[in-house]
Amino acid sequence: MTLAELKRGQQGVITDVSSIHIPLKLLEMGCLPGNSVELVQVAPFSDPMYLNINGSHLAIRKETAVHILIECVDE
Amino acid sequence: MSKQINVALIGNPNTGKTSVFNSLTGLNQKVGNYPGITVDKKEGICKLPRGVKAHIIDLPGTYSLNASSLDENVVIELLLNKNDKDFPDVAVVVTDVENLKRNLLLFTQIKDLEIPTILVINMSDRMAYKGISLDIEHLEERLKTKIALISTRKNTGIGELKELITNYKTLSTEPCMNATSIDKDYFESLQKAFPNQLLYKLWLVITQDVNFGKIDRNTIDAVSDFKTKSKTDLKRLQQKETIKRYQFINDTLKKGQTIDLKSAKDIRIKLDRLLTHKVWGYVIFAAILLLIFQAIYDWAQVPMDFIDSTFASFSEWAKTTLPEGAFSDLIAEGLIPGLGGIVIFIPQIAFLFLFISILEESGYMSRVVFLMDRVMRRFGLSGKSVVPLISGTACAIPAVMATRNIESWKERLITILVTPFMTCSARLPVYLIIIALVIPEGRFLGLSYQALTLMLLYLIGFGAAVGSAYLLSKVLKIKSKSFFVIEMPNYKLPLFKNVAITVIEKTKTFVFEAGKIILAISIILWFLASYGPGEQFNNAETIVQQANPNASETVLNDMIAEHKLEHSYIGIIGKTIEPVIQPLGYDWKIGIGLVTSFAAREVFVGTLATIYSVGSANELDDEDEAMSTIKGRMAEEVHSDGRKVFTFPSGISLLLFYAFAMQCMSTLAIVKRETNSWKWPVYQLVIMSGIAYFVALVAFQILK
Repeated sequence: MTLAELKRGQQGVITDVSSIHIPLKLLEMGCLPGNSVELVQVAPFSDPMYLNINGSHLAIRKETAVHILIECVDE
Repeated sequence: MSKQINVALIGNPNTGKTSVFNSLTGLNQKVGNYPGITVDKKEGICKLPRGVKAHIIDLPGTYSLNASSLDENVVIELLLNKNDKDFPDVAVVVTDVENLKRNLLLFTQIKDLEIPTILVINMSDRMAYKGISLDIEHLEERLKTKIALISTRKNTGIGELKELITNYKTLSTEPCMNATSIDKDYFESLQKAFPNQLLYKLWLVITQDVNFGKIDRNTIDAVSDFKTKSKTDLKRLQQKETIKRYQFINDTLKKGQTIDLKSAKDIRIKLDRLLTHKVWGYVIFAAILLLIFQAIYDWAQVPMDFIDSTFASFSEWAKTTLPEGAFSDLIAEGLIPGLGGIVIFIPQIAFLFLFISILEESGYMSRVVFLMDRVMRRFGLSGKSVVPLISGTACAIPAVMATRNIESWKERLITILVTPFMTCSARLPVYLIIIALVIPEGRFLGLSYQALTLMLLYLIGFGAAVGSAYLLSKVLKIKSKSFFVIEMPNYKLPLFKNVAITVIEKTKTFVFEAGKIILAISIILWFLASYGPGEQFNNAETIVQQANPNASETVLNDMIAEHKLEHSYIGIIGKTIEPVIQPLGYDWKIGIGLVTSFAAREVFVGTLATIYSVGSANELDDEDEAMSTIKGRMAEEVHSDGRKVFTFPSGISLLLFYAFAMQCMSTLAIVKRETNSWKWPVYQLVIMSGIAYFVALVAFQILK
């Protein structure tokens, strides 16, 4: 599944990042395969998404999130 | 005198880098510009132990050495240019103990440049609270550096940091990892082609779009025995490099840092639940905006009235004390009111920057960006456009500069283009005097007509901004990757020192920048109004006397002055444009005001003050303060056929003209610098003024 499908409060692990669509800056902020990701909060229409990636808190738009593949971790 | 140590402060945004800078330098700092660009250059002097001094430069915050904005370019350009006079003897990398992992990425890059580097771990007061403990010795060994564990909030560790800077020569210059192992062949051939250059430096030159003076990408590409790579390959390699660096950092922190999550407490989750809530988030933001406007337009009124009356009596004093003559008029009627017109904005500007810096320091601004992104995007803007638009209600100049963190060029350009529609404080004096002249007293639902008109003008400005943003987003054919990422920093109590320094610095810049223009305009205006070409001006006395042989002396003097003004240079300019502005309901004197306003709007009131006082030799006896005197003169002003100049239709037309017209040279200059072309400021000038003319024309013709 992609990061865009993650529900609020759910956690996942990043499995792949589409290198063409994702800017380097996002990778530098910790958005790398293997890192954990949690959806902290969403704005209305679930866009943008407020994430906790590997301890870094950042917000990205849904259109970016669809290019990040994750595996959902059920608790 | 011993040589100063050059120190560069480098770090991610939100690590408290500026707090460290303030702790080291205190008020011993100045903000300038890097040559040719508008990035703020903050430098200061710090006294170190044993009489040594350090020259400290606070570089713009950046997440890595892979620059994606002007501000970030500054960092690598300095670090790669050994000949720069500011090239650091020692780099101080500031990190936040809670975000050490991410912050260390930049550190490992700096180390690869083989510059002596100190690692500052800031916000150490939060460690117990967050259950973090560090093995400093292990970290120092792995990262090949010295660490200063400090807290700018509790003011601890600064002494140790100063000690480390003083002894910078003992620091290791060895990289802490080998990033080039990601593609051995490529980097070996690169090193072979440039045996005397630092490998990592070459790599940065190849991957960045910045200008490094001596070596650039083309010279590297031109070397034959080195095989270049495609853009996609380079990007893939940069990704590999980032992953590699994170691997190293993870390994290092595995032993160097332990986080006991059980003892960690966090108010952030609770605050975020409220402040980014789908409903409450917006309610709170609206309440904060109301509070800001209340402060700017209500609380600021007290000091503003005081400044107003002080300058009025100062001007009065100058008029009575100085010997009579044109030059004294310049001082009393041009310079002092003109400068007063600037100083009077200080309370408002200070309040605005006070709020903005508190909102930014506390981490709340990022939440606003998060909340507003979706809404703003509908108008072709970004969530990050909110800050410039709010700042635009004080002054478009800092607002345009605040667009820099918008990643998408199209969204940024649109924000820059529409921000000047926001009602800046320079429009305020014009609005106030015209409203007082033409809007009748009276109340509607307990609010005065005059206050309602002012509010309406603010709404018009905001409406024009988002409306034109929407149109621009449809019209502009710019392909730019719409990409948006914003860090959501921890909530922090703003440090008083940081807020105070921001407010003082920003206000100072505004006053001096605007002051220079006002001063120049006042002098030019005085000259243009005091001199004129030809017979009509030079023989005004005789001509008027012959035409009116029976007039009394006072009336005669009045007419002479009027005649002189009409035939002075400025009068000629006003008369020339009169046919163009007549359909809007203006006369040639207002025309002069419009012309001078193209330098800066606030000049309008001062100009009219100058012009109407020149044209009225029979001194008004009443002891009214300057403002109401100008108002009184404006109210009495009539056309040649006896009709009043300032009526409801012409007043509304004038208000609308000022709401839309692009009348600020400083803003145009900033837009030119920020967009790096004359095309956009020229469009802005022509289109905004075109709209202004059209709207004012329609309004006057309908109301007339």
